[in-house]
Amino acid sequence: MSTVATNQQSGFIGKASNYLDERTSISGAVKEFGRKIFPDHWSFLLGEVALYSFVIILLSGSFLTFFFQASMSPVEYAGSYVPLKGVEMSAAMSSTLDISFDLRGGLLMRQIHHWAALLFVAAIGLHMLRVFFTGAFRKPRELNWSIGFVLFVLAMAEGFTGYSLPDDLLSGNGLRIIDGMVNAVPVVGTWITFLLFGGEFPGNDIVGRLYTLHILLLPAIVLIFIVMHLMFVIIHKHTQYPGPGKTEDNVVGFPILPVYAAKAGGFFFIVFGIVALMASLVTINPIWAYGPYDPSPVSAGTQPDWYIGFADGALRLIPPHLETVWLGYVWSWNILIPMIILVVFLLVVFIYPFVEAWVTGDKREHHLLDRPRNAPTRTAIGAAGVTFYAVLWAAASSDIIATHFKVTMEGVINTLQILLILGPIIAFSIAKRTCLALQKKDRTMALHGFETGRIVRMPGGEYIEVHQQLDVYDRWKLVSFNDNAPLMLRPNTKGKITGGMRLRVRMSHWFFEERIAPVSSVEHQLELENTHH
Amino acid sequence: MRNKTPRSARRSGRRGPLASIVLIALGLAATGGAYAAFSSVSANASVDLSSPAVIDEGSKLFAANCATCHGMQAQGTADGPSLIGVGAASVDFQVGTGRMPMARSGPQAEVKPVQFTAEQTSALAAYVASLAPGPAIPSQTQLENGNASNGGELFRINCAMCHNVAGAGGALTEGKYAPTLKGVAAVHVYEAMLTGPQNMPVFNNLNLTPSEKKDIIAYLAYNEANPSPGGLELGSLGPVSEGLFLWIFGLGSIVALTVWITAKSN
Repeated sequence: MSTVATNQQSGFIGKASNYLDERTSISGAVKEFGRKIFPDHWSFLLGEVALYSFVIILLSGSFLTFFFQASMSPVEYAGSYVPLKGVEMSAAMSSTLDISFDLRGGLLMRQIHHWAALLFVAAIGLHMLRVFFTGAFRKPRELNWSIGFVLFVLAMAEGFTGYSLPDDLLSGNGLRIIDGMVNAVPVVGTWITFLLFGGEFPGNDIVGRLYTLHILLLPAIVLIFIVMHLMFVIIHKHTQYPGPGKTEDNVVGFPILPVYAAKAGGFFFIVFGIVALMASLVTINPIWAYGPYDPSPVSAGTQPDWYIGFADGALRLIPPHLETVWLGYVWSWNILIPMIILVVFLLVVFIYPFVEAWVTGDKREHHLLDRPRNAPTRTAIGAAGVTFYAVLWAAASSDIIATHFKVTMEGVINTLQILLILGPIIAFSIAKRTCLALQKKDRTMALHGFETGRIVRMPGGEYIEVHQQLDVYDRWKLVSFNDNAPLMLRPNTKGKITGGMRLRVRMSHWFFEERIAPVSSVEHQLELENTHH
Repeated sequence: MRNKTPRSARRSGRRGPLASIVLIALGLAATGGAYAAFSSVSANASVDLSSPAVIDEGSKLFAANCATCHGMQAQGTADGPSLIGVGAASVDFQVGTGRMPMARSGPQAEVKPVQFTAEQTSALAAYVASLAPGPAIPSQTQLENGNASNGGELFRINCAMCHNVAGAGGALTEGKYAPTLKGVAAVHVYEAMLTGPQNMPVFNNLNLTPSEKKDIIAYLAYNEANPSPGGLELGSLGPVSEGLFLWIFGLGSIVALTVWITAKSN
């Protein structure tokens, strides 16, 4: 389209871009994307942190693949780390030690790769929390929440497969737990583990197989999902926090070119810098201390990386001896129940946007974010979920809690077992009460303004404190939110009330029964008239 | 007085203003040095454990400090086990690391500042060893020149399940724990293997031969002398401390920087 009559460009850059444009018509895309507006808020950068950590992981991981041997064939270690000299280990372990001790920059690259992996999952988690608590998953973004969720699960899978590759003692213990969990699945479990490990655990195949998953299949899927995720961000436009001048139909912020691209590009190097700093100063996964995998030893304090901790914690919290023999099979409920709980928990996270949309019956598009306090029930559900996850997570370090706080291991486990059930309930009610209280405070502020501390004596002898009305910009933030009323039970077109409708209405009441309505302009007008008497 | 010159002041026996500081420093160095010498050097061959005088001295110390729980003849009471046959190694470990006398009843005796001098510890050991034969205190040659890589393998198989692969310690049941092995003297490590203090099993000479014990000590010594090549060890606790570090310092600083990047200029 713009390939004709643009020859007035002069100078090298002008000519070069003209050359490109005449051959690729790229100016259309630049115009489209370059003018995309992104709002500025720190919490909108968390997803970017995840993206940048992924880039760091790709770069450092590629370096590591040049030197890593994904083989379990036994070798005698002959590298420069003295306490392992002459010890028999797999080629995977030996090559990882060589990367660490005999390759220039190898240990730094390993540590960059591993720290970035931890950061990747953590940034995804924090990003998900931001999206959840601000209601950014509402229509039209429900599908993008699902894509993001898949990325979260894929990131954990990437992490776990990578953690298992060096074939050290710690990762071998981790694989043994996975082996046990899969074995607990009725009927098919044993078949699956034999398929996965190529025979009885640990076999000679697992590292090679995990390597293929880790560097080929999973990264490819992650990349596809990242592309979809970002395409949806472009298609939907970015959400923004409520404020003066911000509506459902606009986006207030900076264009990608030049401002946002510069900021984001710089931010990439900041994230890289922090990861490099951590990697150069702090040890991560010292496989030389763990030694090669051998099925007999298990170290005290054996834990998975943090993002698998909640699964490990579930296994630690389940009461022991829950087993039944039925139909000639042992049903290991002490493994099956935690697995079911984890799957249900993840499923609830996955489908939450659809559940909330159904309960509220809200079919509108939302581009303005909720302040967490203005959606008390959602915020409370989130707090309960975070508490549940946190208790499971803490349980994964029960032994370290016991030694470092000088308490008994049994005491820690029992406390966490109780907290796992009571904690979310307590968190729910505290969060909901807090939200409602904050909303009430906002309402008072919007109606009466803030206290000036100026006490005035009225002619009648009465003392009053003068309140100063907020300015319109500040008030707008406090009054512009959705007021969701509970649904009414009404018969459908056939004149019937179904069970589903009853459930929906009951859920809707649970969501919105207790609520603080935003101050309307009429209310505010009345209030002003009252005070000005 | 005021008219006296500094020289005459010194002659008259008055100290210069720096003298007291020097004296205090000297005193501190002497006591500190002596303390360090006494607490690091445990009972050794310089004391003859079989001499009647030493045994007699030990018996008196025992009656004064240990008999309340272990009984006047070390026969044991309801509050403490019999010490007949535990050997000198056991006493040297328990008293030499400060675990005994115990501060209080609890899941297990904790390490605390050593209460006896090396001579006194030796005397106690001599007395207990005189009651019945038992494991003796290892000599210096039994502790040196082990093979660290063999020791590492043995450590992972025999010790790591309680003490953690890096010797950082770990939790046991009912509030008991395996202590960290950082900073533990080689002789005490050997004695612990030999006598199985607290909840630790005995690793006798059939289980781990003397040369294998030597290897384990060499491995621990290597770890102590060579800090992690990767940087800070975060307590050698593995993924838990790594995860905490990432969330608090890694993600914490990145979030702080996001706030900085998006801050509006005033």
